[in-house]
Parts: sequence; C-alpha cells; structure tokens
Amino acid sequence: MVWTDYLLALPITLLTLFALGILLIDFMLPKEMKWANAVTALIGVGFSAAGVYKIQLWMNGSPGTLGMLRTMLVDHFALYFWYLFLAATAIAILMSVRYLETEHENHGEYYALMLLAVAGMMCMAAGFDIVLIFIGLELMAISTYVLVGFLRRDRRSNEAALKYLLLGAFSSGIFAYGLSLLYGLTGSTNLGVIQQELARHVMNSDYKPVAVVALLTTITGLLFKIAAIPFHQWAPDAYEGAPTSITGFMSVAVKAAGWAMLLRILVVGLIPMRAIWVPLLVFVSIATMTGANFAALTQTNTKRLLAYSSIAHVGYMLLGLIAGTATQLSPDGIKGILIYLLVYTFTNLGAFAVITALRHRNVIGDELEDLNGLYSRAPVEAVLMLVFMLSLAGIPPLAGFWGKYFIFLSLIESGHYALASLGVLYSVFGLYYYLKIANAMFMGKVEESEERLPISLSMRTALAVTGIATLYIGLLPNRFIEMVNWALGIAQHPNVARLTQ
Amino acid sequence: MQSHILSIILFAPLVGALFLLFVPKENKDAIRWIANIFALAGFLVSLPLVPMFWAQRFEPGFKFVEGAAGNWIPSIGAGYVLGIDGISFLLIMLTTLLGWISILSSWTAIENRVKEYYIWFLFLQTGMLGVFMALDFFLFFVFWEAMLVPMYLLIGIWGGPRKLYAAIKFFLYTLAGSVLMLLGILFLYFHHHSVTNPQVYTFSIVELYHTAPQIYSDYGPRVATLLFLSFFFAFAIKVPMFPFHTWLPDAHVEAPTAGSVILAGVLLKMGTYGFIRFSLPFFPNVMTNPATLLGMTVRGWMIFLSLVGIIYGALVSLMQKDMKKLVAYSSVSHLGFCTLGIFALTPLGLSGSVLQQINHGISTGALFLIVGILYERRHTREIAEYGGISNVMPIYATITMIMFLSSMGLPLLNGFVGEFTILQGTFMENWKWGAWAVPGVVLAAAYLLWLYQRVFFGTVTNPKNEKLNDLTPREVATFVPLLIMAFWIGLYPKPFFQILEQPVNHTIAMVRPDYPQPAVNAAAPTAPLVVPASGVPTTTTPSAASTSAPPKMKGTK
Repeated sequence: MVWTDYLLALPITLLTLFALGILLIDFMLPKEMKWANAVTALIGVGFSAAGVYKIQLWMNGSPGTLGMLRTMLVDHFALYFWYLFLAATAIAILMSVRYLETEHENHGEYYALMLLAVAGMMCMAAGFDIVLIFIGLELMAISTYVLVGFLRRDRRSNEAALKYLLLGAFSSGIFAYGLSLLYGLTGSTNLGVIQQELARHVMNSDYKPVAVVALLTTITGLLFKIAAIPFHQWAPDAYEGAPTSITGFMSVAVKAAGWAMLLRILVVGLIPMRAIWVPLLVFVSIATMTGANFAALTQTNTKRLLAYSSIAHVGYMLLGLIAGTATQLSPDGIKGILIYLLVYTFTNLGAFAVITALRHRNVIGDELEDLNGLYSRAPVEAVLMLVFMLSLAGIPPLAGFWGKYFIFLSLIESGHYALASLGVLYSVFGLYYYLKIANAMFMGKVEESEERLPISLSMRTALAVTGIATLYIGLLPNRFIEMVNWALGIAQHPNVARLTQ
Repeated sequence: MQSHILSIILFAPLVGALFLLFVPKENKDAIRWIANIFALAGFLVSLPLVPMFWAQRFEPGFKFVEGAAGNWIPSIGAGYVLGIDGISFLLIMLTTLLGWISILSSWTAIENRVKEYYIWFLFLQTGMLGVFMALDFFLFFVFWEAMLVPMYLLIGIWGGPRKLYAAIKFFLYTLAGSVLMLLGILFLYFHHHSVTNPQVYTFSIVELYHTAPQIYSDYGPRVATLLFLSFFFAFAIKVPMFPFHTWLPDAHVEAPTAGSVILAGVLLKMGTYGFIRFSLPFFPNVMTNPATLLGMTVRGWMIFLSLVGIIYGALVSLMQKDMKKLVAYSSVSHLGFCTLGIFALTPLGLSGSVLQQINHGISTGALFLIVGILYERRHTREIAEYGGISNVMPIYATITMIMFLSSMGLPLLNGFVGEFTILQGTFMENWKWGAWAVPGVVLAAAYLLWLYQRVFFGTVTNPKNEKLNDLTPREVATFVPLLIMAFWIGLYPKPFFQILEQPVNHTIAMVRPDYPQPAVNAAAPTAPLVVPASGVPTTTTPSAASTSAPPKMKGTK
C-alpha cells in the first residue's frame, strides 16, 4: 500500500466512516431529532464528493491511475460515475426525510445502508479486477435488499425484498460462475489481462466454447443487474414494494452502477468477444423495448409503470453498445449511454420525488388515480412531473432527449437504420403511457375536498434540483456533452492497455 | 451588424407567458388583459418587419439572419440561427396575426383555468414562430417538437367531450412522424460530414442545401427515396395529406375554438412549409426520378395523394352533421390544393400554394371563429339545431357569407387567387392533374353554400335560437383584420406575389435546374447560397425582375 492507494480509496473510506458514524449516533438521537441522520449522511456525501474532486485535481489530466494492487482503475470514467452516484444519493436522501417520518420508520440504518451501497457502487465503477467488482456488487446489492424491505409493517415491501434477494442472489451466483470461468481461462482476475489473454490465445484455441459459456453466464449476471428482459422479473415487484425514495434510488444509482460494471466488463474485458455478444444484445434490446413498452401500457400503479419504463430505457441504452462495427465500438454509442444515465438520474429521481411527495397521512399515493387533479392540489409539482414525463419520453428541449439523441445518432452513424427506426418508434409508443400520467394530473377529475399537498423543505430542494437540471441539460447541453467526452476514458483503449502493462 | 428583430418577434409571446406566471390565478380579468396585451404586442412587433422585408424582397438568400452556425451546442454543431425568406415571412405574419386574434377570441370562451390557458397559448405561439424562423435543422426540430406539448394540453384540458382521446392521438401521430424525420436529419448530418472537406458536423440548413442533393448519387435512388419518405411522413402527417389525416377531425372538433384556429391556421402550414423548405431542395432528384414505387413515381404519388385529399376531403365535408367537423374536413381538401401546387414543381404552382396557405389560414381561421361564436351561445354544433340565423344575427350572417365565399374561391376574394394560381401552375405541368382538382372547387362551393343555407336561411325553426345576440364589438374586432386581408389578397395580390417571387423561383431552380423558366423568371435572382447542380449561378437584376413580374401575375386575377 502506498500513499496513492489511500488517496484513491478516500471517497469510499469517507462514505464507510460516515455510514458507521450514523449507526453510532443514531442510538443517542431522540425520536424528534432523527433528521440529524439525514444531515450526517448528506455531509458524508459532501465529504466524499470533495474526496473525488481531490482525486480529480491530483490526476491533473492524466487518463487514469491503477491503484490498490492494480485492482482499481481510477480514470475519468470512474470519476464521472462517482459524481453521478453521489448526486443521485444526495437527492434520494433529500427525498427520504419526510417520507420516513410518515412511514414511522425513521431509523439511522436507512442512511447508513445507502452510504454503504454507494461505497459498493464506487468499487463497481472503478473496479479493474473482477474480484473487486464482485465485492462492490455484493456490498451494493445486500444493502439494497435491506433497503427494499425497510417498511417492516408493509407486506408488499417484505415480499419485494424477499423476491429481490432470491433473484439477486441467484443472478450473483451465475455471474460469479462466469467470472470464475474467465479466471480459469485466462489465469487472471485483472480485466486488462483477461482482455489480452482472450484476444491472444483463448479465442483461437480449443477453449473457445468455454469462453462462450463464460460470456453467456457473465452477461446474464450483468443483464440481471440492469434489469433487461428476459432477466427483468424482479424489477417491477421490487420497485413497487420498496419505499418510494428507495425505488428512485434503485432506478438511478443502482442501475447506473450496474451499467458502469457492464461497460467495464464488456468494453474492456470481453471486447475480444464483441462479435459474439453483439447479436445477443440485439436480441435482448429488442425484447426489452418490446416487452417493457407493452407491459407499461396496462399498468395502473405509478411505481410499477415507471419500473417498466426504466426497463424500456435499458433497451434503448443497450442499442448504444450495439452501435459500431463487428469489432469496434462506436464512441458515440458509449457517449449516449453515459449521457442517458446522467439525464435519467435527474429525470427519474424527480419523477419519484413527486410520487414520494404524494405519500401523506393515509394516502400511499402510488396509484395512477392518486395523481388525479394533482394540478389543483400542487401546481408546481404537477408541472414538474409533466416536465419529467416528457423528458423520459424524449421530447426536446428536455434532458431526456439528449440520451436518446446520442443513442440514435450512433446507430445512424454505424448504419443500423432498422434498429434506429425501431427504437424511435418505440419511444413514440412510450409517450402514450407517460401521457397517461400527464392526463391524470392535468385532466383527471378534481376532488374539491382535497387540500394542498404538504411538501417539506428538503423535498422542495430535491424537486428544484431535479427540475432545474432536467431543463438546464435540455436547453444547454453543451457543457454536459463535453463532460461526457471527458469521461469517455473507457473507449481509449491504448491508455487502458498501457496502464495494465 | 445583426438585426435582432426575429428574436424579438420570436420571444415576445414567451415573455408574456413568463410574466403571466406571476399574476395570481384568481384575478381572471387581469390575466385576460395581460395576455391580450402581450398577444397584440407580439403582433405589433412583427409589423416593422413588413417595410423592412419589403425593401429587400428581391434580394437573394435568407434575410435578417441572426446567430452563427454551431453557436448553441458547439460539440454537435447545432446553432441558434434564425433567418427568413418570402415564404417564411408571410407565414410568420400569418402566425402573429392569428395568434393575436385567437387570444382575443378566447375572452369569454375560456372560463376555468384561465391563467394556464394563456400561458400555454403564448408558449405555443413562440414554438410555431420558431419553426418558421429556424435556419438550423436542430433548432427547427426542437421547436417542431416542443410546440406539440402546449397544443396537446390546450386540446386535452379545454377541449370537448372526447378531448383526452383527441389530444393523445394528435400528440402520438405527430411525434411518430417527426422521430423518423430526426433519423433522416441525422443521416444528412453524417453525409455532410463525410463529403465536406475539411469535414464538418453541422445542422445548418444552408450548408445542408449543398450536400443533401448529392445523396442521390452517393447512395443511390433507393436510399434517397427512403430519406425523402422519412421527411415525408413528418410533413404529410402535419399537413395532413390523405391518408394521414385521421388525427385532424378529432383534434379540430375537440379543441377549443382558438386552438382550432391556430391548428388550422398555422400548425398545418408547418407541413407544407417543411415540404417547400426541406423536401424539395434536399431531394430534387427523388422528385424527378422516373423510377416507380408501387406503380407510380414518387412525385406521382404526391400528386395522387393530393388529388385524393382534395376530392375526399370535400366529399366527406358534404356529409357532415357537425359544423366544426365540416370545416375540419374542408381543411383536408384545401391543403390538398396546397400540396398539389407544391409538387406541380412550377413557379406558379408553388407561389399559388404558399398564397393559398395564407388564404387558408385567413378563411378557415375565420370559419372556426364563426363556428365557435355559435357554439359559445348555444353549446351545440349540430347543423340541424340551427336555421334562419340570419334573421337574428344579421352582422354575423354577413361576415359568415363573406368568409364562406372567400373559402370557396369566389373571384375578388383571396381564395380565388390562390386556387387559380395553383390550378394554372398545375395545368402547365399536366392538364389531367388540374382537371382532377377542379371538382374540388365545385364541391367546396356545394358544401359551404349548403351549410349556409341550412344554418342561416329560412325562418328560425328552433325556438332556442330566437334570442341569440349578434356579435359584440370584441367579436367583430376579431374578424376585421381577417376581412381586410381577404379583400386585399383578392383585389390586389401583386405585393404578395412579389414577396414570393424570389424564394419560389429559387426553390424551383434548386429542384429543376433545367426547368424552362418563363421569360420573367429567366432573370430571376438565383441566390449565391446554392449553385444548382448543373446550372451556372446567374447574376441578378432585381429591377428587371420587379418590373417584369407583375404583368405575368396579373393574369391570374
């Protein structure tokens, strides 16, 4: 261990320390002071972000650094995701304060688990060794299982947690099996070495069938985590049962972490097998867009609807990986995925923030009917929700458009016209169910007796941040596009290769 | 130095919308006054454009250009670039005028959620103006899509009984067309990048004019035709051309009156504008390609669909029991004339088409106002509910008569000039096309006069109609500008044709460089912006064009 290692691990260490700190302070806090846990968590996120910034300054433009015994690759790609996780977590914490009070589940563990989950995500995004990636994945997943079941008195929450746990453990098992095969084939757990070995020896040897099995099992595990059809079964149940703030957190941060891991493994480690995994992804992507869009049509529960919508978005994002030639990725496709995750973080969290705000007194607020006449009860929130829905549907000039734009751009660039047409038509299709939400809010029957919704200050902050970000990224995306260009270290193969030698 | 008049016109309504946000919603009258003041201001700031534009009407190229390519999102090459030529100038003036009129007409029609209504309406106004001003494809696309949202809400919140269905149908239909257009735009964008040296990524329309026609030779007719189709769907749905018109009757019937006025008056013109601005100059070879698609050339299909639209729209209008639906279907028929004029690919047909678009905005806008006035008083649009209205509402009956005559194309009124010029341009190209279109004029007279007879003539048969009030001064005020315009275009269309001369000739020269242009057009300005593929850019003599053009155009009267 050298000084560099400590620096690279600083954000993760800080998060862990704060998580443990919250667990210690929580005992001492009286019931009405529980909000202090949220404040501590926010401070932790802030410190961690400062740590990330410190690393960014220290890197001073260099493409990346390998640390922690060559298991961790901190490059712009990792930094980008770290910032993204922290931003999503901060917003999710702001959403949770009032919600947990209403649910009478205001315990410190909630925030501690969130911070630990983020620590796991950071390992996934920066992992350059399949063992570290797997440990990060499990840390994140186990924390999330508990968070999903956090509403102890709610049967749906318990059921969701159990389903998520069982299917999650199952997929982790398959994933670990694939990784162990890769280790057996290449003799290393380092992604860089795996890439070189696969390219040099394995793909031309008798072991190629084993490599294909390794690819299939690994990719199954990865697709499970990002909830692509046909491995999506857990998502709607887990999303519906989980506390709404956690649903929001899962749909953006956990998903982004899954994507970071998927990109690291597919784009670095398994890139020699691109010719094999592209057809698989074509099938999965079409199935995901088709299945999720159709399933979303008939949903009457808003959280479930958004769960299917987020599955559909995974379908579009997968198209970005397909773009390119048989052996070469399209940088625009990866760029599209990164932008997609960025805009999706703000937009989807915003949508879940509005649904969380609907939870008050005896109203759970996650049915489509609960949104009826929202405009008269909470005009600002209703307009924001409209903005989020249109952004999810990809209407310019809102943020969501840019994600889709770069994905389709990369498809056109590399000549996948049919897939591009299919994708855009499905996005029109998707508009229908987003408009269902808009219809309920603006045109649904108004019940006169309803008073205005009480909205807490922290929730207002969360809504303001997500709303402004959605509009700002939509209208002036240039800065964000440049940020993503900066983060695209993953496509710079020469640099990655140089680092591994 | 750049003039910022276009930006001022573009954002005036938006400023009004933002201002309204801060007015308490209980104060309905204040909101109405403020919205009307801003709408009128939006019209007034566009008036200085008239003399400014008139002074340089024969000059080639886009005028009042603002912004620079790639200044908005440099990393992808999208810019905030505005600029107009004669075609967009007329459509912008129509938009500002109709925007003001429709906001004025909503004073009593909208009773609940007044504040939102005006905010969305002003929002919509900015979106529509942006579509006509944008010289950057990306900017164009953003306005084109963003404008759907306020229209969707206007139909969905303040619409009739089936408003939800109509609003969603409108939104989905239009979006389906435009996403395919986005893919087409991206193709042009990459093609531009691959053929220019040094390679540039740009969405600038002026730049794409240079490279897009090469797609035909670079990728072959098949790809070019598919690209043409990707644009065609977006525009054809918007126009709407038969058989993509099915959203229109629903949207029109359910929309509030002012929404219908804007929908018919301006929104539909975006489709025809798109054909003229993009489809023709980008894919000239597809238009002249002799290869057939399902038994007809591409151009043949366009003409065929236009003709079917003319006849079908008119026949369906004849059968309607609901006045608003009748007017809605009449739009299908009238817009059929406009697309016929465009795809006739003659200068006369094209300028007639643009003029007819303006006429349609004036006449059909007025027809929707007329229907709205009766609806506001009686809350029904069933033709059978009325009869003998001219006895109780004489002023109203007179204005209605004038507007009906204008819509059916009676000489001395605007509709005649437009339709006649279109037919003249079409006959020059192929007499059969013109012959098929003529019944549309006759049928228009039939359904409109029959409607007039049933609603206005005779004695008052329904006791509910005996106490109807005639027009209020505010309502008369909404019609006055439309009446003035109808007579002006009908009696003295020369200025309008002069404004259209340069852009129309230029467009035709881009599509058919070898077109034997009439003597007057031989000296017509060819913009240095685009060199016709096989032509040499001719130097322009505006004075010659201006003196020789009018006699030719006078013949249309």
